[in-house]
Amino acid sequence: MAKIPNEQLIKAIADKFDTSVTVIGEPYELLTVETGRETIIDLLSFLKTDPELKFTFLTDITGIHYPEQEKPIGIIYHLHSLTTNTRIRIKVFLEDTDVHIPTATVLWDGANWMERETYDFFGVIFDGHPDLRRILNVDDMTAFPMRKEFPLEDPNRVDKKDFYFGR
Amino acid sequence: MQNHPVYTDNDPQSELSTLNLGPTHPATHGVFQNVLQLDGERIVSGVSTIGYIHRAFEKIAEHRPFYQITPLTDRLNYCSSPINNMGWHMTVEKLLNIQTPKRVDYLRVIVMELARIADHIICNGVLGVDTGAFTGFLYMMEHREAIYEIYEEVCGSRLTTNIGRIGGFERNFNSRAFDKLRAFLKNFPKTLKEFESLFNRNRIFVDRTRDVAAVSAETALSYSWTGPLLRAAGVDYDVRAMNPYSSYEDFEFEVPVGDNGDVYSRFLVRNEEMWQSLRIIEQALAKLDKEPSDIFHADVPEFYLPPKEEVYNNMEALIYHFKIVMGEIPTPTTEVYHSVEGANGELGFYLVNDGGRSPYRLHFRRPSFINYQMYAPMSRGMLLSDAIINMSSLNVIAGELDA
Repeated sequence: MAKIPNEQLIKAIADKFDTSVTVIGEPYELLTVETGRETIIDLLSFLKTDPELKFTFLTDITGIHYPEQEKPIGIIYHLHSLTTNTRIRIKVFLEDTDVHIPTATVLWDGANWMERETYDFFGVIFDGHPDLRRILNVDDMTAFPMRKEFPLEDPNRVDKKDFYFGR
Repeated sequence: MQNHPVYTDNDPQSELSTLNLGPTHPATHGVFQNVLQLDGERIVSGVSTIGYIHRAFEKIAEHRPFYQITPLTDRLNYCSSPINNMGWHMTVEKLLNIQTPKRVDYLRVIVMELARIADHIICNGVLGVDTGAFTGFLYMMEHREAIYEIYEEVCGSRLTTNIGRIGGFERNFNSRAFDKLRAFLKNFPKTLKEFESLFNRNRIFVDRTRDVAAVSAETALSYSWTGPLLRAAGVDYDVRAMNPYSSYEDFEFEVPVGDNGDVYSRFLVRNEEMWQSLRIIEQALAKLDKEPSDIFHADVPEFYLPPKEEVYNNMEALIYHFKIVMGEIPTPTTEVYHSVEGANGELGFYLVNDGGRSPYRLHFRRPSFINYQMYAPMSRGMLLSDAIINMSSLNVIAGELDA
């Protein structure tokens, strides 16, 4: 089947969700929409189950941090329709004082580890997740290392201080 | 998922034993820990732990210019590092709207297919070893060595190749590389045929792998599986065929699809993929003859690092070298997702750029990470010896799992 044109996709989403889903761009022809955490599961399940769109494949879930924004923590979903070969990107932004979002594991089993990774790196709490623990870092770590306020180098390290090198 | 009865650990009569399979168990092919609850030899439940070699590639990538991220990508799936490498460069090229010449595309296809063969040699060879057959592994290893020697001619290194550059390759293929490639194409099919006849109808091998760890297409899709695992379960999804990159649309090849989703199907799918890869390489070699032999990168001086001797002797090269290294050249503020068919499945790069010299955010969609997720749930009710074979058929590479 042919790829779904972005206009048709925008229309299908707008018909169903009105203004709660906004189109924020089509970089390299990949439609990118933004929504809130109230609508995200409805949107994902609509995209997954709609007989024309059939975005049945969850490609990826990840996060991003824009410290200067009002809602700095972003969660980014990539879906893929294997029947029409169309991709879509969905973003949800959260305030850093309230990083709760419903889990997508109700729709895809594969969301489990992707969400754990996002939690591990960005501290996003996926409500209803069956097993929300750190996955790549140690369990007793307190920081969420992919946030921008955490520098690449450990600030407690002394072996790279200038005075050890006569500078 | 499994036909075996699933025991519960609530039963007070049961005496379950705990087995730490890994982190460095010889049967786990890497640093994987699975804490298994065993009832006799049957696995009641399991918990996978990962994170033993987490190297924070995504964080490091935020602090490095695009061209210095190449060595990081090499170390994801180190059994087929050129695929990761090329995938990353194609992502950057997509971001910067760079068109690569056809010859570059064909050379890339050759290198990527060689990498796929090398990866499948390891996976299927080791699967044989795990069922007790060392010979096949030994025969096939010789040809992985031949592939590494081709890499060596092209870029000077063998495992973590650092082979690509933005716009193409760091240097051209020399004639010895082509000689070795032709020798490989001549010798390998014979061994592959022998390998297949050694295993495909081998009673022990078939009994150990048939119907073991069988996964339905629905389950595989729900777990976002890709690559040979998904295709073995009967889903015809191959990034090369569905979203062709690097001129894959110019080649004729088939996407092998299994029927059962079990270990045996995965083995057959990988074997068939090696044949298809050989087919693609033959076609690419034939097409290369029609292209000018001196082109090995796109004409993008703003992003392609000039050779060192030119930097010393040529003013323009020096200027561009300075501008690239100092990050003087603006890049678009946008985001891009690009995926390639890695040896294990869809290897995706999600790159958010803020116009600077290094990515604002780079996320690797690592197939091993996503495929391995199902290991513990699918092991429930399985025999321990089957779980070992299941792990080798998943072909999880620790570098890609942890990133």
